This record gives sequence, structure tokens and C-alpha cells, in this order.
Amino acid sequence: MLGRTASSLYWMSRYMERAENMARLLDVGYRMSLTPGLDSGHREQWESTLQAAALSDTFFAAHENAMMPQVRNFMLFEESNPSSVRNCLLAARSNARAVRTAITTEMWESINGTWLEFSQVKPSSVTADELPRLLDWIKRNTAQFRGAMLNTILRDDGYSFLQLGVFNERADNTARILDVKYYVLLPRSELVGSDVDMQQWMMILRAASAHRSYRHVYRDRYKAWNIADFLILRREMPRSLAHCYAWINSTMEDLETFYGVRLECHDLAKKAHLQLRNGNMDVIFQQGLHEFLADFMQQNNTLGASIAENYNFF
Amino acid sequence: MYNKRSDKIFDEMFMQDGTVREPYRTIESWLLEQPRGGLKQKSKDAEAIFRRLGITFAVYGSNETTERLIPFDIIPRIIAAAEWRRLERGIEQRVRALNAFLHDIYHRQEIIRAGRVPEELILKNSAFCPEMMGHDPARGIYSHIIGVDLVRVSENEFYVLEDNLRTPSGVSYMIEDREAMMRLMPELFAKYRVAPVEHYPENLRRTLQSVAPPACKGDPVIAVLTPGIFNSAFFEHSFLADEMGVELCQGDDLFVDDGFVYMRTTRQPKRVDVIYRRVDDDYLDPLTFRKDSTLGVPGLFSAYRAGNVTIVNAPGTGIADDKAVYTYVPQIIEFYTGEKPILNNVPTYNCTNPDERAYVLENLQDLVVKEVHGSGGYGMLVGPASTRKDRAEFTRRIKARPNNYIVQPTLALSTCPTFVEKGIAPRHVDLRPFVLMGDQIRITPGGLTRVALKDGSLVVNSSQGGGTKDTWILED
Repeated sequence: MLGRTASSLYWMSRYMERAENMARLLDVGYRMSLTPGLDSGHREQWESTLQAAALSDTFFAAHENAMMPQVRNFMLFEESNPSSVRNCLLAARSNARAVRTAITTEMWESINGTWLEFSQVKPSSVTADELPRLLDWIKRNTAQFRGAMLNTILRDDGYSFLQLGVFNERADNTARILDVKYYVLLPRSELVGSDVDMQQWMMILRAASAHRSYRHVYRDRYKAWNIADFLILRREMPRSLAHCYAWINSTMEDLETFYGVRLECHDLAKKAHLQLRNGNMDVIFQQGLHEFLADFMQQNNTLGASIAENYNFF
Repeated sequence: MYNKRSDKIFDEMFMQDGTVREPYRTIESWLLEQPRGGLKQKSKDAEAIFRRLGITFAVYGSNETTERLIPFDIIPRIIAAAEWRRLERGIEQRVRALNAFLHDIYHRQEIIRAGRVPEELILKNSAFCPEMMGHDPARGIYSHIIGVDLVRVSENEFYVLEDNLRTPSGVSYMIEDREAMMRLMPELFAKYRVAPVEHYPENLRRTLQSVAPPACKGDPVIAVLTPGIFNSAFFEHSFLADEMGVELCQGDDLFVDDGFVYMRTTRQPKRVDVIYRRVDDDYLDPLTFRKDSTLGVPGLFSAYRAGNVTIVNAPGTGIADDKAVYTYVPQIIEFYTGEKPILNNVPTYNCTNPDERAYVLENLQDLVVKEVHGSGGYGMLVGPASTRKDRAEFTRRIKARPNNYIVQPTLALSTCPTFVEKGIAPRHVDLRPFVLMGDQIRITPGGLTRVALKDGSLVVNSSQGGGTKDTWILED
């Protein structure tokens, strides 16, 4: 496989995953903005949404205040924002177009159809009451793409690069959401355990599509300890760090078998995977959740760069 | 069903007296049976299919959108078996002669010595590639993939408009048009015996394999070289690579090391034996041709000259489809085959000859003027459709650079029933069959029928508002 093809497959699925995450974060921000009882007003909610999306700096470079219409346009349509849903879908499609030969018709039709339809949406038509519909549509289409991929793609090295793109992105996203909760949503300790706190934790779970499954796993009210455990160490939770790294590690093993060579990126993946598999929430909290997450995001980035280098992406 | 445009124009479906020509009998009754709105619905369905598949092309110089869909007309163009056999013979004769011509031009130049074509026309032509002198490509073939543009003016008269010997495009439309038709109108395929076209990619692969260079031992590795996703024909490049199961490369995916060409892969570099390139000669190799090219592969040409890789089509084939050389094709055929041409050339006026130029300038309103190196319908004048201003402009240009233009009579291109806004109406069509030349000559029964969708228009190019039709060659 060409190095460029591997790179395009990786980024195609990574951008689709990012588009979905953006839609999910925006959905949560929107719900928060409708939630009464948050006395500091809605501004903070949108700031935290931007932070969870790693977009604060880009946004505030061009805007003074984070208000709903600006944030919405910025995250959905803004051309100068490389992570806007528009740019994610366009980048995914450009990558797909370049590697049409390496993906199936079903995948192409899904990614192409999504872009063509989205590119017809006028930003001015997305009023507050239309927003949830559009966000659902984005989530449905990205899910359809993933379904098409899982149902049709050959399980060779191309499949591995597609999966690495997804889980690299997803791990970053989950870690960031958790981190933001700790540092932005909850600056004041008097709110811990209050209704507001519960409400906010539920939003975090929603951002990871986990608010229902949480109940199934813990049969308990929302507790910080459980939620962090759920999103970090629980392998059965499909957006948890442990789940992402179980996939990444086994995908890396597939690549090792496929090419018959073990490289630096294999060791990095294995190390992160074992840390999570053998991890313990007590230890993580002692170390400091923020420190743990910051360290994890750093490792996750390094792994992405190492994969690109080891497999001749360019 | 409709009124013919005029008695002077040959219609593919209706004869002078209004009776239906044999190949169209079944489809005529089928069309008459269609419920109101039925064709419109099928036409919409077709568009949805093409859009989803991503069959688009880019129009240069249009900034509204970079990708557009080529309009597809749902009424097929039908050619009887006997008609096709004659075309096949004519095409085969032509491509053999033109390949012999290329071999001669890049070797002993017997045809120039014999005084059949002027030396100046060849050696001073910008399409002549001196770097190719003395090179022996695998099997002695220069142009392996050819799209011959034909027009029909009467029951038995076909003319060759152009021999596209460089990197002809459109074959993906031939295949996808058929795919769409089979989905949309399966019942018609049950009534007609239509020769299949879908084995084209397999034949292309066999052709490419058969011209592997001498240095290649074992199964040749093939790659398609594309300028990239912004090229107007990118869809086709990726379609063909996919159908053949070979890599689609851009220039920087390839590199030359010690005289051999390799692909950059996720692991070890992989040697490439045959490159089906869709990059123009000028951009192939910055070390040999244009130095500013970023689309090519540095060192590719010397690897080619060393016999370590085959470039398909060979560089320099443009000298045989140049519009000025076109005039000489009948002599070229006679010179190399000893036969009379089976297919006609369109009579062409030479503007450097004062008498012919005077005739041309007096009769511009009846003539077609083309730039010698133009393509895609850009920079041409269609006399009958031109304004006084257009003609004044071309008069000026022809006087300034007479050797830059060729002029031909306006041909009465045949019309074919086409589904348009108002219903079914006659529209002018041409035909581009696709030829493969390797271990044998393979002509796909069919081709790309291009249709001028504007009422009365004779310009069928997709960049100028033309559409396509599925082309059916009937089996006996």
C-alpha cells in the first residue's frame, strides 16, 4: 500500500470521527444552554464546549464573546476553523476521493452523500429549533459511514489504518471532555454534589453517549469517581480510553503480523494499553486526574506522529 | 414522435420518409408505451445514481463549483452489428497506420524522405518529441490507448474528426453509463442483444501487462499516474485503477533509484514496471521536460529510455494526432498499409495557402475553425452559430497566425432522439470508440456518444454543455 494511501485512510476516518464528536459536543452545549439554574449565565457553558473541542484559542482570536449563534456557526460551518463539521466532512471526502481505489463503494457513497447534503445547508437556516435536527443528522450519517466501513472493507492493512484514525481521535476527545469537566465546569467546590453538579456530570456522559449505559453498569447516581472510571478504565464502554487502546493495541498487532515488522509505534501503543488495562482509579486520583489526562493526551499525540513516521505517511 | 431537424440531416432513428430505422424499432415502441412522466422520473433517478457515485468532472476556469456532473441522456444510441464491423475495420486500419507512423518518425523518418509529409511540419512541430528519437518501446507500440472521434453524416458516411493518441478520456463514462442503463431499463436489455462493455478494464490490464519492459521478469506491476484530485478526469483515473486492481499514484508517490521506478509504500519500496500515465508529456519528468512540474517523477524519462519501465502512452504521440498532421492521415494510411482509408477524413483547409485562406475568410459563417493545439472545444469558432463579432475576431487571428488554425466545413452531424425539457427531440451526436493496442488490438464494442444538448448546437464537449448517452452495439 502507498504511504499516501495509508495516510488518507487514517485521516479520512479520523475526520469523520471528529465531525461526530463536534456534533455531540455542540449538542451538549445546546442542552446546557437550555438548563435552568446555572447562575453564571450561559456564557461559561459555551466556553467549556469550545474548550472541550480544543477550539478556545481559535474562537477567541476572532470573537469576543462565546454566544450561541457564534459558537454554533463556528463549530458547524466556519471555514477558518479546521475542525468545523464542514471542514471535517470536506477533508474526509477529499481524502476519500484520493483513495477511492482503497475504499468500498458503500463507504464512498456514504461519505460523498454526507458532504453533498451538508454543503447544501445554509448556516442561516440552522435556527435554534433546527439545530438538534441537524446534529442528529450528522451523528446518523457518521454512524452510517462507520457501519458501511465495518460491513464492507477488506480486513487488511487499510482496515488497520482506518481503525487507528478513529480510535486515536476518539481517545483524544474523551480525555479532553473529562479534563474540561474538571477544570472549567467545576471551579467552585461548593457545587460538588449539588443538583448543578449532577446536571453537569450527566452532560459529560451525554457527550460520550454514555448517560444510559452508565446506569446499566453502576446502578448508582452520578458520581465523579464512577464516571471517571467509566470513561477511562472500563473496556466495555466504547468511548473509554481503555476501550480505544485495546483496539489500537490489537490493530497494531495486526499490522505487525501483516508486515512482519515491529516498530516504535507498536511499543508506544502497547505501553499505553497496559497502563490503562492495569490502571486503578485510586492511583489516578492520587496522581491528579488532570495530570493523568494531560499525560495521556500527550502520549496519544506522540503515537499518532509515530504511526505516521513508521508507515511513511507524508 | 418528433420532427426531424431538416431533410439534410441524418437522423439515427428516423429515415427521410419517417419510417423507423431497423435498430431503433423496439425502442421506439418502448418509448411510446412509457407513461407520462416516466422518462422524467428515470432521468432523475439516473442523476441521483451518478451523483452518489461521484462521477463528476471539473470545468477549468469556472469558479462556481469545481465539480460538475456530466448530463446523462437516458435514450441510448444504437448501432447495428454490420455498421459496427465496418467502423471496427476502419479504426483498426487507422491505429495500426498511426503507430507505424510514430515508429517511423522516431526512427528513420522514411515518410519524410519519401516526401509524403513535409519535414518542417514534423520537426518544427511542438508536439514532436526529439527525446524519443531512436527509442524502441516494448512491442514497438507508442499509442496503446486511443479514442477515435467519429461523426456520422449519412447512412454510410462516417468521418474521423480527431485521433486522440495522447491520453484520451471518457472511457469511465462508457462503463458507468451502461451500468446506469442496466439499472434503469432492465426490460430493454431483455429485448435487445447489446454487446457488453464492462470488460474494458480487464482488457486494459491485459494490454498494459503485455507491454512490460524487457527488464521486467515475472508478473508486471502496473500503476496509474494521475495529476491528483483536482484534475478534471480524476474520477476516471481512480475508477480505472480500482477496476484493474492496481495502485493509483501521484507524482510524489513514485521515485527513481538507480534507473528503476519505485512506489513509496507503507514498508519497502515496490518496483513499478508499467505506468499508465494520465499526466501530459510536459509534466512527466522535470529533469527532461518542464522543470517547474510538480506532477511528474524526476528521472522517469531516463528509466524509460533505459528500458526499465514502460510509459503508456509513450511520450511524443501527439505528433500523430496534431491537427495539422491530421490532414495527412489518408496519405499516412496508404504509405504504411498500402490500402485505401476505410474511414474518411474531414476535408481540411490550410490557411497558409493564400487561395484556401481567401476562401476561408469569405465563408467563415459556414465553416468550423479550430486551433491546431486546442482541445475540449475551447478556442474554436462554429460558423453557423457565430456572431459577426466572433467572425471578425477569428478573421484577425487567422490573418495573424495562419498556421495556428485548421478550418473545416461544418459537418451535418447526425441527430439522435434525446430526452430534453420539452420531451423527446433530435440532438446532434458524435461517437468516441476506445481502442487498446498491445499483444493484440482490442476495440470495445460501444464507446462514448456525446450529445449537444442545446437545440441546434454542434458542440458536444462536456466543457461546453454536452452530455453523454449509452452506446449500444447490437450483436447479430
